[in-house]
Amino acid sequence: MPERIDRVPVREQDPKVRATNFEEVCFGYDAQEAKREASRCLACKKPRCVEACPVSIKIPEFISAVHKGDFEAAYQIINIDSSLPAICGRVCPQETQCEGSCILGIKGQPVSIGKLERFVADNAMVNGSKASSIPAKNGKRVAVVGSGPAGLACAYDLAKLGYDVTIFESLHKAGGVLTYGIPEFRLPKNAVVEKEIQKLLDMGIKIETNVFVGRTVTIDYLLDKEGFAAVFVGTGAGLPLFLGIDGENLNGVFSANEYLTRSNLMQAFSNEADTPIFRAKKVCVVGGGNVAMDAARTALRLGAEVTVVYRRSEKELPARVEEVHHAKEEGIEFRLLANPVEILGDESGWVKGIKCIKMELGEPDSSGRRSPVPIQGSEFEIETDCVIVALGTKINRLIADTTPGLETDKTGRLLTNQTATSRAGVFAGGDVVTGAATVILAMGEGRKAAAAIHKYISG
Amino acid sequence: MYKIIKKEQLTPLIYSLEIEAPRIACSAKPGQFLIVRPSDNGERTPLTICDYDPQRGSVRIVVQIAGVSSNKICMAKEGDLLYDVAGPLGKPSDFMELPEKELRSCRYLFVAGGVGAAPVYPQAKYLFERGAYVDVIIGARNKDLIIMEDEMRKVCSNLYICTDDGSKGEKGVVTLLMERLCNNGDAGNSGGGKYDMCVAIGPMVMMKFAAITAKKLGLPITVSLNTLMVDGTGMCGACRVSVAGQTMFACVDGPEFNGYDVDFDEAMRRQTLYKKQEQQANAEAGLDFLNGRK
Ligand SMILES: Cc1cc2nc3c(=O)[nH]c(=O)nc-3n(C[C@H](O)[C@H](O)[C@H](O)COP(=O)(O)OP(=O)(O)OC[C@H]3O[C@@H](n4cnc5c(N)ncnc54)[C@H](O)[C@@H]3O)c2cc1C
Ligand SMILES: Cc1cc2nc3c(=O)[nH]c(=O)nc-3n(C[C@H](O)[C@H](O)[C@H](O)COP(=O)(O)OP(=O)(O)OC[C@H]3O[C@@H](n4cnc5c(N)ncnc54)[C@H](O)[C@@H]3O)c2cc1C
Ligand code: SF4
Ligand code: FES
Repeated sequence: MPERIDRVPVREQDPKVRATNFEEVCFGYDAQEAKREASRCLACKKPRCVEACPVSIKIPEFISAVHKGDFEAAYQIINIDSSLPAICGRVCPQETQCEGSCILGIKGQPVSIGKLERFVADNAMVNGSKASSIPAKNGKRVAVVGSGPAGLACAYDLAKLGYDVTIFESLHKAGGVLTYGIPEFRLPKNAVVEKEIQKLLDMGIKIETNVFVGRTVTIDYLLDKEGFAAVFVGTGAGLPLFLGIDGENLNGVFSANEYLTRSNLMQAFSNEADTPIFRAKKVCVVGGGNVAMDAARTALRLGAEVTVVYRRSEKELPARVEEVHHAKEEGIEFRLLANPVEILGDESGWVKGIKCIKMELGEPDSSGRRSPVPIQGSEFEIETDCVIVALGTKINRLIADTTPGLETDKTGRLLTNQTATSRAGVFAGGDVVTGAATVILAMGEGRKAAAAIHKYISG
Repeated sequence: MYKIIKKEQLTPLIYSLEIEAPRIACSAKPGQFLIVRPSDNGERTPLTICDYDPQRGSVRIVVQIAGVSSNKICMAKEGDLLYDVAGPLGKPSDFMELPEKELRSCRYLFVAGGVGAAPVYPQAKYLFERGAYVDVIIGARNKDLIIMEDEMRKVCSNLYICTDDGSKGEKGVVTLLMERLCNNGDAGNSGGGKYDMCVAIGPMVMMKFAAITAKKLGLPITVSLNTLMVDGTGMCGACRVSVAGQTMFACVDGPEFNGYDVDFDEAMRRQTLYKKQEQQANAEAGLDFLNGRK
């Protein structure tokens, strides 16, 4: 029986310092810390963590390899089930997945599975460990539309099976939300995302950027004219939702997607970039998910005083617990149980404040969360010169509208059966099928689709 | 990377560039635009497709220097590479949905303001080549800002030119010409001066007054909105405009909208969002002279 030790804390940048820079907040474990943390795992016979992992990573096995100091073996074990461990180790909501179910969590603190996964993946990157060797080509071509986690994972598995894969991406840079949405301080671009993408290029996968499928080419054209035997659609759920209240088109109101795209994809936080970003003194972010936390913490780093307005209570905040914790440490204020009713402007049409109403929690709604109800007459105003709306996203209908026979539900999500869409040869996965979800689910669906495509093509 | 295969200077501030982009050349349609990112730290800059040639695998843009990004694009030389060119974006013009037979009996009035002649060109060309009756008004502040006159003349029934200072064509603004053509007809206007449809493309304020005039004349009008944009694919909402009280994204729902329904005052206000930063960037890039301009 190993001696009972406390969870090994992970080193982080000091909150005061990091609030002024875009460098990664968390430093991660070193080898000693990782081995020590790994020693806490009980190697359960029926591991609850694995059951709670959306892609069933063999968690006790990889942790045991870490404990023994065989980091390369640990990497190979994770790689069986996940192709983006350096990313998932950083952004998965572990507290509701593996760590949330870990047996040690019942009485004390769960094993720090996410941080161990991250350590193993980072270590493999530094030591240049090859995920797998370059396979022989089988002569069949597959097109992947969208280069987010779903598309990357699908392409990777297909290439391993010998397919000649081309990824088509509408933006000028690959990575999807990993590149344009999640900020540098949470997910470094050069050190992590671009390395994962390089891994794909090294396997011979081609990435064609600036191709907006549905406009530049259609799915039918790819199938009929360009000789692709199958197409995977992993185009995400990128269209931002707005509040639908007065004042939403005032100068100084942005979707979180716009704000984050300017900062991450266009690098507007740096003086070198030509793309501007709105520099406000006070910023009010509406919403409580990861997207809201990312927008709030970006605004803070750009020098603003930031308030997050969310209509339910702290317990219901959908963001990862770690992000909320970090946001608070950095000095972001939370106005919980409050909902915007109007954005106020000055006489020239620039934002000067936001009017909210206080809420209380009523009965649980269809999502199981207690639904907020406004308290009559409790309106109040927050002074601000910028409002960032982070209410979620919906699906762009372009692909469905330009691909005859491709069926969707009312909200535009592609209908699939085991990743196969209603069109023969067209497969789909990730946010475009599930609606906005998580990196690990998108990655998992991309891999399932790769298996389905292989079966479809090889008969 | 996308190669500039031909470059021409049209006026001191306006350039025409032909760019190698085979995929776009095959799918481009009148009314659509591109996003051009000139360099590594460059902005994603929206520019209308002025012409396209699937055989040569090229598209043409006509760009006016308005700030740092358009300047970067215009200063690139023949043979240089632009980092990114994405498109075609936005919806094609409405008339692309009409059967060609119907187009033959259509009568269009195009109103182009300044560099707006470039986006008007592919539309006029498409319609004129299919037998439609096409009149074009080009208006500008002075004669040095009138572009594409000869090319335009080849793709329309009548070309009218007006300048604010009278240095070329008639003296006056485009709306005056619109009214006259619609009310009285014109000596050279064998069509009798009545149109089924007007399309106005130019500075936001010109489109605003063109829409007011068209409404007065009972003439339906389409305008093409040059809002701020980032991705151009519907992902950010930077380009949102109010049309008939509804929020629309110019890059995917437009860029063309019914001119009667557009809230132009809001659209003009939203264009000024980064004015301070743009002016500072101009000063740093030695483009101070742009800051005084409207
Ligand atoms: C700011 C933010 C923070 C988040 N934080 C987390 C987190 O901490 N943890 C977590 O698990 N999840 C998080 N998520 C959610 C997660 O990122 C997504 O669920 C995941 O990226 C979905 O992957 P995907 O591959 O389906 O789509 P995306 O990542 O959206 O990628 C789709 C790609 O397709 C491209 N595309 C779209 N249409 C076309 C077309 N017609 N032709 C060609 N290309 C096209 C897009 O440009 C994009 O690059 C966050 C999301 C956001 C926006
Ligand atoms: C659909 C569409 C089609 C267009 N077609 C053409 C064209 O064919 N030829 C042409 O010369 N111009 C065209 N424009 C305008 C062109 O995109 C802008 O002039 C250019 O982006 C200005 O950038 P800048 O850095 O050079 O100047 P800035 O200093 O950034 O801006 C100068 C002025 O341009 C406006 N502007 C700034 N950024 C944008 C932007 N991303 N989109 C629109 N306006 C902006 C600003 O409000 C400002 O008044 C089009 C715009 C749109 C949206
Ligand atoms: S549940 Fe916790 S203790 Fe058990 S195997 Fe998983 S990580 Fe280890
Ligand atoms: S430019 Fe981003 S949504 Fe239109």
